[in-house]
Amino acid sequence: MSEQTIDLEILRYDPEQDQAPHFQTYTVPYREDWVVLDAINYVKDELDRTLSYRWSCHMAVCGSCGMVVNGEPALACDTFLRDCSDRIRVEPLQNFPIERDLVVVMDDFIDKLCSVKPYIVPQHEKSVDDGQYLQTPAELARFNQYTACINCLLCYSACPQYALNDAFVGPAALALAHRYNLDSRDVGRGAREDVVASNPGIWECSFVGACSEVCPKSVDPAAAIQQTKIASTSDYFMNFLMPGKRR
Amino acid sequence: MARSNKPIVWGLFAAGGTMAAFVVPGLILITCLGVPLGLLSADALSYVNVLELLQHPLSKLVTFAVLFLIIWHAAHRMRITAHDFGVRRDKLVASICYGIAAAGSLLMIVALPQI
Amino acid sequence: MSRRPYTRELSNTGWWLQHPRYIRYMMRELSAAFIGSYVVILIVGLWQLSRGEAAYQAFLAAVEGPAGLAFAVIVLVFAIYHTYTWFQVTPKAMPLKLGDKPVPGALIVAAHWFGFGVVSVVMWLLVGG
Repeated sequence: MSEQTIDLEILRYDPEQDQAPHFQTYTVPYREDWVVLDAINYVKDELDRTLSYRWSCHMAVCGSCGMVVNGEPALACDTFLRDCSDRIRVEPLQNFPIERDLVVVMDDFIDKLCSVKPYIVPQHEKSVDDGQYLQTPAELARFNQYTACINCLLCYSACPQYALNDAFVGPAALALAHRYNLDSRDVGRGAREDVVASNPGIWECSFVGACSEVCPKSVDPAAAIQQTKIASTSDYFMNFLMPGKRR
Repeated sequence: MARSNKPIVWGLFAAGGTMAAFVVPGLILITCLGVPLGLLSADALSYVNVLELLQHPLSKLVTFAVLFLIIWHAAHRMRITAHDFGVRRDKLVASICYGIAAAGSLLMIVALPQI
Repeated sequence: MSRRPYTRELSNTGWWLQHPRYIRYMMRELSAAFIGSYVVILIVGLWQLSRGEAAYQAFLAAVEGPAGLAFAVIVLVFAIYHTYTWFQVTPKAMPLKLGDKPVPGALIVAAHWFGFGVVSVVMWLLVGG
């Protein structure tokens, strides 16, 4: 009895040899419980040692294995073979330069993430001896959803505004800025506004919503950005009406 | 990076979009399809009727506010859509879109008091 | 080892044809073109109204008829799509809380549709329905 198989069409690119990326097809065993990552690992282990890709936890928490599977941004470890067709097309994340095979250059995102100050900016610096910050469940609930981001970049891959203008700060970075803005321990909203409320910040977003549709952790970056637009707009008009008042 | 001035047009866009969402389908039915569909009498949109409807200053104000917000919403969205279609002349597109909205607003300011 | 990152090209004009999600987005955005055109026509109508009965009758003659009706139907379809998508995203942009509990998005959307019904009926009654 012949084993059931499935074909993986993987976009390859060797910067030292190739002029441009090209697809290469591999036939791998089909297993009911396999995810795309398992199939890719099989390729690397058994068929083609030269294949390069990022992966780590294999359980959708590290964010390493973001790819485009049959045209849809997805985590390779979270996409089951049984849910795909007989031919699975695997490409690196859209809108990032390809380093090699399925590995993309993430530097642009890292720079943008750093620029939004993704950390608590406290009212007063507290040492460990000063004790803990106290926070009610309600205060936690305000920002909890936005802490779930695993920086997998599926949202950047899906975002057409990032595709059309890579100066756009982008969904994940803006969602994380929002996470800190909503945190009761943080007073950094004003400090973040120069980046967040700039033209390539929230104002480049046209609420396509693709980011939230592909997010594997239900962060809903689109909602974060729209809420930030409303907050920034009211800030803008309040500053106009009451200039000089520090927010 | 400097803080953007987009909040001005975005505020209008958001208010206008909300206005459009609530008002436009009903308005189309009334102005274009109501009479053919029998929802309105044949003379509902006659000169006399419409003139009477818009006599009161409050009617004029409401009419202006509704159409003003909607036209500025549409103008901003069209500006964005031009970018989405690959047009890379934002200043020119913005001038055209907001220019039309401004012209429409001005036309209303002139016309409504004379009705 | 040398690095030579490869940047894939993207069609600035046709990118949205690649996925139904983007096609729906472009339809939503295009609704503004039709709604905007309709409002421009309404404003022209107000202008003609202000110029007297003859001008207004000429305006009505120009916009009534099969072409005008067809355009109105197209605008209506786009306008309803705008309403549908706008209401759908409202709970995301303005999440509501009742005390500590978040108000379900579906409830907010339903309330909007109810308000939409009320506004439409009120407009119809004002015009003489």
